[in-house]
Amino acid sequence: MMSAMTETVAAPADTVPMSQSAGRRTDLRSRGEPALWSLGGALAIGVVMILGFLVLVFSNGVATFIPKPLTVVTAIDGTVTAGEPFRSELYKPTPEEIATLTPDWQERIKAENGYASRTLYRMGNFDIYGEDFRWVPDFAVAKFEQPKNLLFFERMEWGAFVGTVKSFKIDGVDQAFAGLGDPKFTKVHADSRERAEAIRNIERGDIGAINHALDVERLALRKIELSAGRNSAEFKAAQDRLNSVSGDLQKRYDALTAEVQKLRAANAGNTLTLAEIGGREKTIEFSYLVRAYAANDMNLAQTLGVYFSRWWEFLSAEPREANTEGGVFPAIFGTAAMTLLMVIVVAPFGVLTALYLREYAKQGRLVSFVRISVNNLAGVPSIVYGVFGLGFFAYMLGGSIDSLFYPERLPNPTFGTGGLLWAALTLALLTVPVVIVATEEALAAVPRSTREGSLACGASKWQTIRYIVLPRAMPGVMTGVILAMARGAGEVAPLMLVGVVKLAPQLPVDGIFPFVHLERSFMHLGFHIFDVGFQSRNAEAGKPMVFVTTVLLIALVTLVNATAIIVRSRLKKRFAGSQF
Amino acid sequence: MNMESISPIRPDNNFESTVYHLKTGGNGTILEINNLRLWYGAAQALNNVQMTVEKGLVTALIGPSGCGKSTLLRCINRMNDLVDGLKIEGEIRLHSEDIYNRGADVIALRKRMGMVFQKPNPFPMSIYENVIYPLKVDGVNDKAFLAETCERALKASALWNEVKDRLDQSALGMSGGQQQRLCIARAIAADPEVLLMDEPCSALDPIATAKIEDLINELAGQYTVVIVTHNMQQAARVSDNTAFMYLGRLIEYGDTEVIFQTPKSGKTQDYVTGRFG
Repeated sequence: MMSAMTETVAAPADTVPMSQSAGRRTDLRSRGEPALWSLGGALAIGVVMILGFLVLVFSNGVATFIPKPLTVVTAIDGTVTAGEPFRSELYKPTPEEIATLTPDWQERIKAENGYASRTLYRMGNFDIYGEDFRWVPDFAVAKFEQPKNLLFFERMEWGAFVGTVKSFKIDGVDQAFAGLGDPKFTKVHADSRERAEAIRNIERGDIGAINHALDVERLALRKIELSAGRNSAEFKAAQDRLNSVSGDLQKRYDALTAEVQKLRAANAGNTLTLAEIGGREKTIEFSYLVRAYAANDMNLAQTLGVYFSRWWEFLSAEPREANTEGGVFPAIFGTAAMTLLMVIVVAPFGVLTALYLREYAKQGRLVSFVRISVNNLAGVPSIVYGVFGLGFFAYMLGGSIDSLFYPERLPNPTFGTGGLLWAALTLALLTVPVVIVATEEALAAVPRSTREGSLACGASKWQTIRYIVLPRAMPGVMTGVILAMARGAGEVAPLMLVGVVKLAPQLPVDGIFPFVHLERSFMHLGFHIFDVGFQSRNAEAGKPMVFVTTVLLIALVTLVNATAIIVRSRLKKRFAGSQF
Repeated sequence: MNMESISPIRPDNNFESTVYHLKTGGNGTILEINNLRLWYGAAQALNNVQMTVEKGLVTALIGPSGCGKSTLLRCINRMNDLVDGLKIEGEIRLHSEDIYNRGADVIALRKRMGMVFQKPNPFPMSIYENVIYPLKVDGVNDKAFLAETCERALKASALWNEVKDRLDQSALGMSGGQQQRLCIARAIAADPEVLLMDEPCSALDPIATAKIEDLINELAGQYTVVIVTHNMQQAARVSDNTAFMYLGRLIEYGDTEVIFQTPKSGKTQDYVTGRFG
């Protein structure tokens, strides 16, 4: 900005005739031209890097759920590969491989300095082939086909299936297959999925509640045993109650199991026999089929339908196939809950600390030391916070809480292990320097004249802070909180130690009293990315999910930040229009 | 206020004692400043200031930059307490009670005084909230009383007609002159005994300045006004008594007309005729 101004001021010199401008022209250095160029250059490099990163992530992430055409590749040696072309690359075939090729291909590879191109096909059918992906070199291809009857199936287990429908049964009766759009086919699929959902609800919800109730009684008994001993009358009474309650619960459990059995039996009659390209067959229940589509025979509406239904599944469902497929809803929920909890802790804590440091503490050596220490905290590797959180929060604090309030559950830890609360506290510790520094800056920026005006009105120091200084510093405080949130939501390393897991059996919020379970471990988008990308059985299959999850995480952080920025600009408006 | 602007007091062996020719006719003495000495760290900013302020009159403090007039004014409501490394000796009596006494309640003291600053400093709130701020921090909640006070204060500061329809709008949207009059309204809302003004017109244009001066003339009588000003014409126009300060000392203090027409001290003569300053 300054350089730009200097430039405009200097510009008229060019229009002045040389005779009048007596003496030499303003030299380049004093005009600030090199500074302007390096400033702009630095900005440009930054912008290009960020844009490049975003384009990479978004183009990969957004394209992942687009249904891709299925290609059947017949090789010269007769092997047939059917699947989605996944990616292509150049590689160096071995001399033995080259020796088997036609002279024409040998020439071409030679011309490419020994490199040939090959394509990776996602074949699916892992249960039949034992592999998901196969490389097919270009020189091995005899012909490509895209048959319209080739279908793509997504299954609950074993990943995708590429092939055709051989036959299907409703209630054990064979039916004629008349395409995926056949109402009979779609209806039996929807019914089966609905029943599977009902089974899941019974197992997770009702049976879970029974187990919980049984647990409560058992823990009550254990508590009495710890306090009154095994021979006391209370223990006897509690034991009787447990027996009677567990009898009731057993009855309810048996009824639910019978219902599940009934649903299972109904689903078992609805099966689908698929055939892969080589003719080998595989029979699955309809309830295990997520979706099927004719990859090579879809109009735009159908393509979009598959695309958006995949997005919806991704956002709303639970993960399956070791997180490489399905949704990430628990991870979204965990990330949001943890970040929210962290903000609730870090914002008041950081603001109070900064208020004392800036407004009340006598500015001396001790305060400078504290301030430097706070700033240095921001430079501590985040994994160290994780270790601290595990040692101090989980083991020490949580362990004490357990022995005080949950002795009956020991040796199973309740709070004495990683969980939502400890993760939020650890991240709050990690991000509190950001809030303190930002708040201190904001407090220091409140004009002295405004403070004096308030004091001169007979306001006490606290009233001045409460009514004048804090509202005025609020936008700056918000900036700190926004930065802390962004940092906290994207942090992974410390979370791995204090409560994030690959697959959480329950959400931290549910219908069982006390509804919010701060001690539970949870899933997190950042960890999900790490897990899918680097810890899964099949790195190739997980890669698209890494990009999609990254897109989602970036979108979430952007959304949260945008909200906070809007709130901040509203606050700022109150202070705009000042004359000075 | 500003450490840099204060030049250390040079030893002045030729110092003559203060010349007094005070104009009375107010309602007796309200403020009594006895032998006040003040240091910012090692630099002495006030040296044996001795004066009284007449109740109901306007007293102006004049003098060249760095003479200690703002410092003296800010001693009266103990605004200087905020400055680090400040040392004060001597006493200031408000109705014969020493405000620098140990155990004196600074907050209660400031409630008895209103202060208007060099730059308008309205709070980032509505006009109404600005005016009633002194009452709000005093714990007054009676809505009717607050509204009545707001109207009275705005009328007294000649702002009522301009803002009565937009009391709920931000005070920061007003012009500089309006903001300063709002600050005056705020200063008098709690009905203070003394109104302290620290160069209230220095950031304003001539028309706004004239309005403020008219206002000071109207407020005189009702309030005791102590005003610091750089502008000698202004002091001559608005004040009854004028104190001329130089290098932290009170040189001459008395009837404004005498100060400006027939000053008794040579230094005052030099200053008011524009020979230095």
